[in-house]
Amino acid sequence: MPRESYQRNLRELQDEVLVLGSMIEKALERSMKALKERDLNLARLVIDEDQNVNRKRFEIEEKGLDIISCQAPMASDLRILLAILFIVQDLERMGDHAAGNAKIVLMIGNEPPLKPLIDLPRMNEKVIDMLHRSLNAFIIHDAEAARKIVPEDDEIDQLYDQVFRELLTFMMEDPRTITRATRLMWVGHNLERTGDRVTNICERVVFMVTGKMEELNVSTY
Amino acid sequence: MINNMLGQTVRIEAADPKHDGDKTTSKYALTVEDLNAWYGNLMVIQNISMGIGAQRITALIGPSGCGKSTFIRCLNRMHEVSEGGRVTGRVFMDGQDIYAPQVDPVSIRRRIGMVFQRASVFPTMSIFGNVASGISLTRFWSRRRDLKDVVERSLRKAALWEEVKDKLDQPGASLSGGQQQRLCIARAIAIEPEIILMDEPCSALDPISTLRIEELMLELKKDYTVVIVTHNMQQAARVSAWTGFMLLGQLIEYAPTKEVFTVPKDKRTEDYITGRFG
Repeated sequence: MPRESYQRNLRELQDEVLVLGSMIEKALERSMKALKERDLNLARLVIDEDQNVNRKRFEIEEKGLDIISCQAPMASDLRILLAILFIVQDLERMGDHAAGNAKIVLMIGNEPPLKPLIDLPRMNEKVIDMLHRSLNAFIIHDAEAARKIVPEDDEIDQLYDQVFRELLTFMMEDPRTITRATRLMWVGHNLERTGDRVTNICERVVFMVTGKMEELNVSTY
Repeated sequence: MINNMLGQTVRIEAADPKHDGDKTTSKYALTVEDLNAWYGNLMVIQNISMGIGAQRITALIGPSGCGKSTFIRCLNRMHEVSEGGRVTGRVFMDGQDIYAPQVDPVSIRRRIGMVFQRASVFPTMSIFGNVASGISLTRFWSRRRDLKDVVERSLRKAALWEEVKDKLDQPGASLSGGQQQRLCIARAIAIEPEIILMDEPCSALDPISTLRIEELMLELKKDYTVVIVTHNMQQAARVSAWTGFMLLGQLIEYAPTKEVFTVPKDKRTEDYITGRFG
């Protein structure tokens, strides 16, 4: 192959997207664990680590820009690079949502729990699972796998709907719960947005493989 | 059936459906059907059919030896001048097959001009003389004044007038490489062709001169149809509306330039433009 080092750089950059993705998965896991266990130190760690996520995103963008400017990539290579630049934006924003949830954990502090957490952890698990599979589809260039993930976002939307109604009931029954319930609503909202970002990643994978820019997910929220 | 640039109907049923042309325009400057070309017994162009959109820039890319230069030389009947050069197939211009027996090849070459890889200026002839040479060969000029007007107009169109207007009597060789190539373009324009074929016009030029020629091509397409053969894929991407990828004498893919460089349909095109072979 005449352009070995270029192809190697392109492959390495895709691997770095996976590294960023695993940082986000970890942030999501930790922020939910911190919420469930009221682990304020863990929440602070998630917030601090978000700086590394931001740095990693810029690092990938810079390397992508280097390849574009120095190697003039074409066709599928160009699509891979564009997909990477879009995906890292989505990942970085997902990191912000995870850090946002960690900040909510700090706000909640040691307030007595409003209710046992069931649906929020389920939303979180689902988001992490979808994220993991979307990045897998990205790395193996599998548009079909990416397409199949998108409708699963409905499950997250339904869970969010459920959380929203339940918390609304709490607030209507006892206005003193409004502050605590609103905070949990924010957590749900952040997770719902994170799910939408996963579907963006899937759209980019489809573009990367097929060259077609398609809106695959029309979010309810 | 399609309409050519004069609105005449041309038949293209024989054209390969994959490559039958630029669907974004109803006007074709040239319609190529089943074109084959040989050097002696060696077949260098195999069964190419394509429509070349009028007042567009069409680029042909492909590795060395793929036949792209030979192909454009077939478009103005230059290939048959080469030793052992032979062509079969049809090339329609205004509904007329340029390979029909009654057609005079010289009249075709006047209507379809050509610019070569290396600027082919006549070194000792003046700048004025270089531009006028093509006209003098093809027309009878009764008044030198008319000739002056045509030379000035051609040099202006070739974006060279401002640089040479005060030294028209100096030899062509006194100009820089980029200027010499623009002089060749002026000479091609002077005979008022309808189509300009360019064979690697920038490969011997520095990047700035290259960009000037590219800018000039974009100007020229307002009045002319331009077909360019280039090794420089960025150049094809920058200037052309449609791009054809050739390999081993065949037209592998012919599509809007944007598609060829972002989502090529054929794996061989993909491999070539991403540098996986070639």
